[in-house]
Amino acid sequence: SMKMLKGREGVRVDIIDRLPTPFGLVRSGVAPDHPETKIVVNQFSRVAANPRCSFFGNVTLGSDLSLSELRKTYDVVVLAYGAESDRSFGIPGEDLRGIHSAREFVWWYNGHPDMCNLAPDLTNTDSAVVLGQGNVALDVARILLRCTTELASTDIADYALDALRSSTIRKVYLVGRRGPVQAACTAKELREILGLKNVNVYIKEADLATSPADKEEMRNSRIKRRVYELLSKAATVHQENNDNDRKELHFVFFRKPTKFLPSEDGSTVGAMELEKTLLKDDGATGKQVAVGTGEFEELKCGIVLKSIGYKSLPIEGLSFDKYRGVVPNLRGRVLSSESETATVEPGLYVVGWLKRGPTGIVATNLHCAEETVDSILEDDRKGLFTDPSGPKRQGRRGLLEILEQKNARYVPFDGWEKIDTKEKADGELKNKPREKITRWNELLEAAREG
Amino acid sequence: IFFSLPLYRFAASTYVQANIAFCLLKKNLLVKSVCVYRSDDLSFALVFVFQKSILFSTATTSSHHDEGGDDKEKISVTFVNKDGTEKTISVPVGMSMLEAAHENDIELEGACEGSLACSTCHVIVMDVKDYNKLEDPTDEENDMLDLAFGLTETSRLGCQVIAKPELDGVRLALPAATRNFAVDGFVPKPH
Repeated sequence: SMKMLKGREGVRVDIIDRLPTPFGLVRSGVAPDHPETKIVVNQFSRVAANPRCSFFGNVTLGSDLSLSELRKTYDVVVLAYGAESDRSFGIPGEDLRGIHSAREFVWWYNGHPDMCNLAPDLTNTDSAVVLGQGNVALDVARILLRCTTELASTDIADYALDALRSSTIRKVYLVGRRGPVQAACTAKELREILGLKNVNVYIKEADLATSPADKEEMRNSRIKRRVYELLSKAATVHQENNDNDRKELHFVFFRKPTKFLPSEDGSTVGAMELEKTLLKDDGATGKQVAVGTGEFEELKCGIVLKSIGYKSLPIEGLSFDKYRGVVPNLRGRVLSSESETATVEPGLYVVGWLKRGPTGIVATNLHCAEETVDSILEDDRKGLFTDPSGPKRQGRRGLLEILEQKNARYVPFDGWEKIDTKEKADGELKNKPREKITRWNELLEAAREG
Repeated sequence: IFFSLPLYRFAASTYVQANIAFCLLKKNLLVKSVCVYRSDDLSFALVFVFQKSILFSTATTSSHHDEGGDDKEKISVTFVNKDGTEKTISVPVGMSMLEAAHENDIELEGACEGSLACSTCHVIVMDVKDYNKLEDPTDEENDMLDLAFGLTETSRLGCQVIAKPELDGVRLALPAATRNFAVDGFVPKPH
């Protein structure tokens, strides 16, 4: 929106979100102990305050209005709804209790109204397994391990703080199919988790051996070099005596999950079967892939968090690449399909995770937005949005008409500001930056008060 | 203001030279008049009377804002945009490049507002000599540089580059995210 408002005089931008609260992952994805990453909401708020920009919260695409209605109402429709689903392993036992996707767990501790009732059981075990070694995996591991006294002064959801206070989890295993050179996390997050007080970190020296292919990967990537260095240093640190106060973080490399095994009650996960792997060069992609060796081992655990990637959801009337989980596009212009003969859908664009896949940080999305806006402005200059034969699109007025017809009560930006004020006021009483409102009905109520 | 310089004994010939010297000095606009006093032991004193008072200020102003600019030292910084256009601004010593960019409407993003939690204020120091004048980045800055787009060997975060006198004339390029961009023949080396 910011880039569009700057890019063309007279343009008006409406932002539609199914949640009553704006800001997407900055509110529901960024961990509570990473407040500096959330500072960007100041910039977002300045955009929303622009008189040419309006926010419509609590409006769901697919139920309150359809994609075709949107395209008839606006000259340009940009889909930026990200990835609200998960990749799965497709292995036996995946539906046992106690197995959650990291996304669900993150939404839970961040107070997303869709996950406030998740109620993960943190008291039936001392061991948690996190599958994956990216930054989200590190986030969930860190929240499980961090002293709750430190979490108490963050914007973590109140019920999550309570659950973590009574958690019996003492060991967290971060399991990856491949080795330390292939770990997807980045230096800042790794440095942070390795530096947690009261946590012993265990990394096997044998796992740190590097092949020529590994060395080549590190030569080409500054991030990988620095991550590998951090892991190497951590492996050599002498561990302090394991008294009751110290928790454990284990980095498990070269293991891929093959089965989830039930505990005695038969319905909750009790252990995981892992297969040892070797790395082989994939001729086609040039990357190293993990290949099973036929050697298996078991890892006891009472809770599993799968952090192997998010997935976007397809919607009615929109082309979708099921394999990659993105909308087929050319620099942000939506294509009718992923085939080579696809045509450009006029007036329809895509940005963010829905365009590129579920990876990247705030800065990545900034550049992604620039690319999509450049495409929009180019198409505008070519006159693609002016159709003298068709009826003039109604824009905001048209949207309000549709919403009134459907009796949809949208939340404007000042509705969010009322929620914001209440959360901050409630937070102040508990020495937190905010006390998040986590239930749908309470959010909508707070948006209308005053 | 009187300003007197004791002179050593001159032999007669040097008297003439001294005479010529202070005549030239008199032509100096700053000097209103010059007198020579000769004492009994043949030593001279040159007395200069200046045209106007010259204010020497060693105090720094308490505010950061420019009030005529004479009292706070400033350096010249040129930002080179992704499309090659340039803007040269004046930056007070002690201010970060990010702050300076924002005060001058230069499009340098600063999502985390200088808290080392993003890489959106990434700038490329165009002259390696200027890059070497900067203090090494901390681990925390390097962690963020890892993630910057179009990273080069002379890349830094704008919020961590602080104006100092040695950086006068520094040229900073805003990186193009998806394209390698040649500006004045400068091509950022992929890192």
